[in-house]
Amino acid sequence: MKVLIYGYGNPGRQDDGLGNAFVNRIEEWVEEQRLQDFFFDSNYQLNIEDADAISDKDLVIFVDASKEEDLDGFCVSKVDQSTKVAFTTHAASPGYVVNLCRRIYKEAPPVFLMHIRGYEWDFREGLTEKANQNLVKALDYFKEKIADSKIKSEPEILEKAC
Amino acid sequence: MTKKITIEPVTRVEGHGKVTIHLDENNNVVQSRLHIVEFRGFERFVQGRPYWEAPVLVQRLCGICPVSHHLAAAKAMDVIVGAGTGEGLTPTGDKMRRLMHYGQMFQSHALHFFHLCSPDILFGIDADPAIRNVIGVIQEFKDLAVQGVMMRKYGQEIIKATAGKKIHGTGAIPGGINKHLSQEEKDGFLNGADPLNIDKMIEWSKASIDLFRDYHAKNKELVDSFAAFPSNHLSLVRKDGALDLYHGVLRAVDAEGKKILHDVDYQDYLKYIGEEVRNWSYMKFPYLLEFGEQEGWYRVGPLARLNTCDFIPSPLAQKEFEEFKAYTNGKPNNMSLHYHWARLIELLHSAEMMKELLNDPDLMEGELTTKGKKQNEGVGLIEAPRGTLFHHYKINEKDEITMANLIVSTTNNNDPMNLAVKSVAENMISGESKITEGMLNAVEVAIRAYDPCLSCATHALGQMPLEISLFDKSNQLIDRKRN
Repeated sequence: MKVLIYGYGNPGRQDDGLGNAFVNRIEEWVEEQRLQDFFFDSNYQLNIEDADAISDKDLVIFVDASKEEDLDGFCVSKVDQSTKVAFTTHAASPGYVVNLCRRIYKEAPPVFLMHIRGYEWDFREGLTEKANQNLVKALDYFKEKIADSKIKSEPEILEKAC
Repeated sequence: MTKKITIEPVTRVEGHGKVTIHLDENNNVVQSRLHIVEFRGFERFVQGRPYWEAPVLVQRLCGICPVSHHLAAAKAMDVIVGAGTGEGLTPTGDKMRRLMHYGQMFQSHALHFFHLCSPDILFGIDADPAIRNVIGVIQEFKDLAVQGVMMRKYGQEIIKATAGKKIHGTGAIPGGINKHLSQEEKDGFLNGADPLNIDKMIEWSKASIDLFRDYHAKNKELVDSFAAFPSNHLSLVRKDGALDLYHGVLRAVDAEGKKILHDVDYQDYLKYIGEEVRNWSYMKFPYLLEFGEQEGWYRVGPLARLNTCDFIPSPLAQKEFEEFKAYTNGKPNNMSLHYHWARLIELLHSAEMMKELLNDPDLMEGELTTKGKKQNEGVGLIEAPRGTLFHHYKINEKDEITMANLIVSTTNNNDPMNLAVKSVAENMISGESKITEGMLNAVEVAIRAYDPCLSCATHALGQMPLEISLFDKSNQLIDRKRN
């Protein structure tokens, strides 16, 4: 099973780099565990070419920072193709990417979005302490889920309520 | 009674904006404004940081066009390390940076046309929003949407190969570049499996101009009159007058084509460019000092560049340029929707330039950097996808940045975008008693033609759509729509 883990955000804007940090840390772990068929990517934002990037994968997890104050650390939800036609900028939403993939390639893999709560967004490198704590929780959760053999047949076990 | 319409934020435009339109008791437009909240914190943030960090630090500004900031800052730092103002770099340093820049230009222009602009062109600006979007494009014109995806992917791969990585690229360093292009990378870009090779990129770029040409022929009156107004135009040009998106001298022409800024050294930009502050806008309004705030404003970006340059130094784009110039009898083109035409000619030029550079052996061998006598001040200019981008820095004896001033492309187009909104509002909204989706989108189309990066101009985070609100004479909100 080919799994793509894709973090996005601007690591030069403090906690906006949570998605990128998640990918860096999980990539190290995957290498330590000698797990196969994991792919990693990281960028400032999602964009249209990511429809091509996800098209040949069996499972995709996007990871982004969140400003949502009610969020308890992190959450994971399944991404449906965007029903809203709001391709608002040179960046694209996860739902939009899924929609684009499905329209162009006829099908899209199951895609999940992990939101990790961030707090500060200034022009600085490095996560805040609270964001880092949330990152650790999210990493632990993900490692546990990805090690579960049911992940192949039931990727929905990744979900965690927001 | 005066009514006021507010549009905030703009869909399919980078960042966020708000448009307010004031109507009188007869629904005639009496005032329209594009409001953008510009955050200037970045200039303060870099103070105290070592100068060599600037080309990487500036990428924190905006995730939309980080390559443009990366290169503009690197060019300023070239001056500081004594490597000159563009001509002083080694052939490898200069050409690798150019390849990076043309890759950025290519992917940005492709994305704008195929995924932001094409819904308006293919379906019409009055079409139902439910189909006037890129998903609608895929359903009706799937090949075009796929081309957009692949062209952007190709450009992104060029950036990755030259900048080193997608995020916080490190390729351009003060005085040059930090890597060569590998044989494998070169072969892949030149002869990769279809469609990801340079000849296919050129073919598709050329076809995109044909698409616009066809649209133009069928909608001549709209394309030629929509948000058309005379203006000055400013850009870099090569010293011999050629289009050069990476380096050159600063030239401006007026609406009739008369040179009003005569190929000056951009290190002296403060002698020629001022920035006006208006009490209703956080974003400044740049202008040519010699002509004052009222007469000195100018357009930047693809349309301005084709109006200021004398020729394009690549054969296919030059042929298109000749047709473009002939359309206005050699005079500057002042039609906002012709930005799309100019953008596509630049798309083709960028593809041709990438091919030329990829065949150049200097990319794979040769000295990467150079330096000379240290300076305490440097200015770097580049033609970003959206227009001229200014970076200006001063450093102290500890090599710390003490001053930074940035004028981003979108700020340079502040006045023209406001006038474009005004033009559309007066022509399409005045006299109407009801604000339709088509009218609202027309305002957006006018702004979108300039491909503004409000995220960059405002240094803001996240997605920022557009909203339009309607106010009466007493400033009471009577309608608001958001896309």
